[in-house]
Amino acid sequence: MIFEGADTVEATVRAVLRDVLGIDEARVAGFDAQTELFGSLPELDSMAVAGLLTELEDRLGMTVDDDEVDGEIFENFGALVRFAQTKALG
Amino acid sequence: MSAAASPEQIVRDGPATGPAVLFVLPLFEEANRLRRTVRLAMRALAERGVGSTLPDLPGQNESLVPTVDATLTNWRAALAGHIANADRPVLVASIRGGALIDDIAGAARWRLAPVRGASLLKTMMRTRIAGDREAGLDTSMAELEAKATNEAVRLAGNVLSPAMIAQLRVAEPAALAPCRDVALGAGDNALPGRPLWLQAEPGEDAGLATAIANDINAWMTSCEII
Repeated sequence: MIFEGADTVEATVRAVLRDVLGIDEARVAGFDAQTELFGSLPELDSMAVAGLLTELEDRLGMTVDDDEVDGEIFENFGALVRFAQTKALG
Repeated sequence: MSAAASPEQIVRDGPATGPAVLFVLPLFEEANRLRRTVRLAMRALAERGVGSTLPDLPGQNESLVPTVDATLTNWRAALAGHIANADRPVLVASIRGGALIDDIAGAARWRLAPVRGASLLKTMMRTRIAGDREAGLDTSMAELEAKATNEAVRLAGNVLSPAMIAQLRVAEPAALAPCRDVALGAGDNALPGRPLWLQAEPGEDAGLATAIANDINAWMTSCEII
């Protein structure tokens, strides 16, 4: 799949959070760059991160090197979107 | 062709004659997340006059076979045995990783959200690494991949052999007609519902179950299985 831009990546990250964590569409729609993720969303534990990374890879057509994944990318929604945009759009 | 009766548990619903749907659940942990919804879909098919079966794969669920003895090859063979023994036309309905073992000649296929083996394997390896980290062990993906090539490893609750891991690394849903692929979402070739296979919280989706039953029923008619 070809993704045209940053907005598409952000929408995909939102959809993956909704699907993997099983949280409301409305709640995910309200996430902004400052919304805290790891530690604030009880649904997001280290096991959920495993599925979330693979799902991001499959939907964005990118590969994540696990050694470059640290807690910072899950600190807030903005950080996760920036990480995905860097990987997916280069 | 006849095959020995399977020692594995088989859940059945609906009429015992006429065409039947053979459900293949997602593989490993994802199977547990879909079982209830698939049972609802079987009930809904029964209400539409269509029989269905849900066999355990050897090494999964209630099976007494150790998971380490499982390979995609023997899972595929187990499904072929069920079809050979069915004595009625069979449509194979697979979900997610079930699509990696549903390529059995002579049976039509219906697939929901088929997935590559490599994706399943990667999530299971990541889950293992996350579990190790919580236990204070620092395992890298490269170390785990190297280990899994030479010895059985426990991934997300399943002990998998090097043979199974080698097969998962390259497994893709086979292109084999007749086949209908559906995804979750809106529009043609899509069903409304939640991707329960991604979610750790146990749940069921009655709306998705009904949509599965309706779509399979229509596909059976259109590909002249009924």
